[in-house]
Amino acid sequence: MNASQAIETEIERRLRAAMPDARIELRDLTSTADHWQAVVVSAAFEGKTPVARQRAVFAALGEMMHGPIHALTLKTLTPAQARQA
Amino acid sequence: MDEILHKRIDDLIKSNDVILFMKGSPQAPQCGFSARVVDVLDDVGVKYASFNILSDAEMRQGVKDYANWPTFPQLYVQGEFIGGCDIVTEMYANGELQALFKQA
Repeated sequence: MNASQAIETEIERRLRAAMPDARIELRDLTSTADHWQAVVVSAAFEGKTPVARQRAVFAALGEMMHGPIHALTLKTLTPAQARQA
Repeated sequence: MDEILHKRIDDLIKSNDVILFMKGSPQAPQCGFSARVVDVLDDVGVKYASFNILSDAEMRQGVKDYANWPTFPQLYVQGEFIGGCDIVTEMYANGELQALFKQA
């Protein structure tokens, strides 16, 4: 497993631990495993503001946001929003 | 967080209607995400203050803790945390940001 795959696996593991229903699409934007784009679909976002949704993702990722992840472009959708998208 | 640091951030946010905590300056952003929010604000035509968090390590950590938000840029409007690059860009695309400044 290369570095990018290892980080990807860890991001998914942490997000699923916090949001077991999450559908996660990750892209390593720079192939350096530190700039990521994530689309996260979960019913946990239901009724939450964009700020609250992103905070939930940041909280799930914990100290990864202070080390291996330098930048994270996020799209947070409920299952209903994902169907429309 | 240190009380003096907290007050410093609080004062900055409350004394500026619109303030962007960013990497670099609006004239010379040092990160693509900060640059994008500068472009959005310039396009909306709103006047804003900015703070370069790269110039001050204590503020860099303090502002993150203040908002419970781990990344920059961070936009505040009338004392309220609006979000980072993704949220500001999305609000710009759907017109919410323009509406927010019309009220402000």
